[in-house]
Amino acid sequence: MASLGIVKEVKRPKPLSTNSAIAYATKDLDVDVVSAYPITPQTTVVEKIADFIANGELDAEMIHVESEHSALSAAIGAAATGARTFTATASQGLALMHEILHIASGMRTPIVMSVAMRALSAPISIWNDHSDVMNARDSSWIIYFVSSAQEAYDTIIQAFKLAEDSEILLPVMVSYDGYVMSHTIEPVITEERDDVLKFAPKRPFSYRLDPDKPVTMGPIADPNWFYEIKYQQVIAMEKALVKAREIDEEFKKTFGRGYGIYECFMCDDAEALIVAKTSYATTLKTILPRMWEKGYKVGLLRLRLYRPFPVEDFKNILDKVNAILVIDRAISYGAPLQGPLAMEFSSLISREDLNLNLTSVVAGIGQRRMIDSDFENLVKLAWESRTKKFDKTIFYGVRT
Amino acid sequence: MRIEIRWHGRGGQGAVTASEIVAAAAILEGKNALAFPEFGAERRGAPVRAYTRITDESEMARTPIVSPNIVVILDPSLITPSYVEGLKENGCVVANAPEDPKDLAEKLKLKEGLGLRVATVDATSIALKWLRVPIVNTAILGSLIKATGIVKLDTVTNLVKERFPGRIGEANASAVKDAYESTKVEDLE
Repeated sequence: MASLGIVKEVKRPKPLSTNSAIAYATKDLDVDVVSAYPITPQTTVVEKIADFIANGELDAEMIHVESEHSALSAAIGAAATGARTFTATASQGLALMHEILHIASGMRTPIVMSVAMRALSAPISIWNDHSDVMNARDSSWIIYFVSSAQEAYDTIIQAFKLAEDSEILLPVMVSYDGYVMSHTIEPVITEERDDVLKFAPKRPFSYRLDPDKPVTMGPIADPNWFYEIKYQQVIAMEKALVKAREIDEEFKKTFGRGYGIYECFMCDDAEALIVAKTSYATTLKTILPRMWEKGYKVGLLRLRLYRPFPVEDFKNILDKVNAILVIDRAISYGAPLQGPLAMEFSSLISREDLNLNLTSVVAGIGQRRMIDSDFENLVKLAWESRTKKFDKTIFYGVRT
Repeated sequence: MRIEIRWHGRGGQGAVTASEIVAAAAILEGKNALAFPEFGAERRGAPVRAYTRITDESEMARTPIVSPNIVVILDPSLITPSYVEGLKENGCVVANAPEDPKDLAEKLKLKEGLGLRVATVDATSIALKWLRVPIVNTAILGSLIKATGIVKLDTVTNLVKERFPGRIGEANASAVKDAYESTKVEDLE
């Protein structure tokens, strides 16, 4: 029997989808403003938040807008006043926001946005791939890829703490697979609002819109200043790499769950690695143990924090293997390698003078079906790539 | 332990909801579970498939289920052998069908000697009786529980009442119990 000390109540998980888990996170973070436009498969995030507001569980302003362009514009206005601001989107919605993405980061507004990733038209696809977020990677948003509903809940909390840090003040995207995660019911432990707010207290930053202390935000910057302001974003992104790791460690101490800024699974003694993210990474964790039993010593490097990119960590991990296979779920048309993530790893390998083979694989475009045996094939390919060089991007599963 | 269920229905029958309720029940009973639909463009009447995966492992694959332990068929028009493709040995088929399990097994061309179990229930009549609409998902849940014991009847009726508050919830819970009582189960020796 426990006599002294805090007896921690065992928390029972709730059955939630990733979309619902994100709505719960915004409630537990006591967000002030939600500005969003519905788009499949993101819609139920905002529906659930609307429920929380309607039934009094969350005291927030829901701004109804006519497009995603306006949703993010309104979010910038709200965040500029110091309000804790959230939005959510997917696919065409994120594309329509594109102009405003750069304004949100340039104005250093700490907005958090969830993205239920979905392919981009045309042809129309409501299904999952990562084209939308990969198209937004240079917008100076911090970008997370999460692999479970629990991680989505936890990362939204971490994201607000990171975004609102006075050293950072950058918007954060928390992205996950549309349908495959957004609409999947799974166990999620949610935390008490008091505990969440103790971890991520609201800290309205000092340069905010305030009638008593008027400032101008987002004015023109002539060639004499524009460059420096953009360079500040570079510095903030570098600081975010350190801060994100610290926040995750603190989160683990507080709530008992931590992820690191990336994850290495079965990397010890591995001769090759697969780089994957979101649901593919989770699935690979169930595939790899049985492939090891068959002699395929292939590990998983799961990408979690994508911007900023954990260069030093990845360099050390890559240094220990003979080959990596990078799975991309987006296409960079006409590029040297058509897998955008593969290109980044390729540049890391050549810059750091690492000696290993890189294989670029594009898969699951428009949610092309990938079953367990497909992942086994990719593990075998990663194994084969130790001794065989694949110069061109492999478009796995496409009919040519 | 890893049990995989594949659900086949038509848009509007609630196959996705049923897959979610079973996962939710398993989670509330302390297991690791997930449920996910295979969405097409959503339209009433189109064939829909959904999946439930229940396990005591910490990680769960998020791939579509191609070799299920259990197949649940919500619509009598989907009772053809293609819908039980990949069914594992010692597996189970639960179907909304008025006929006897033996006749269903014949229609589905299920082989004997594989330890298969077949369960039938007239879920459409039960749904019409309690709900006055042919939404058979809650009734088929009762039948699934009877045939497999995969989750507890009480957990499911409570979840159903939570999901559909008030009178509709009560009626749905009655449909679950009614189907549980009237399901016919047969093991193919």
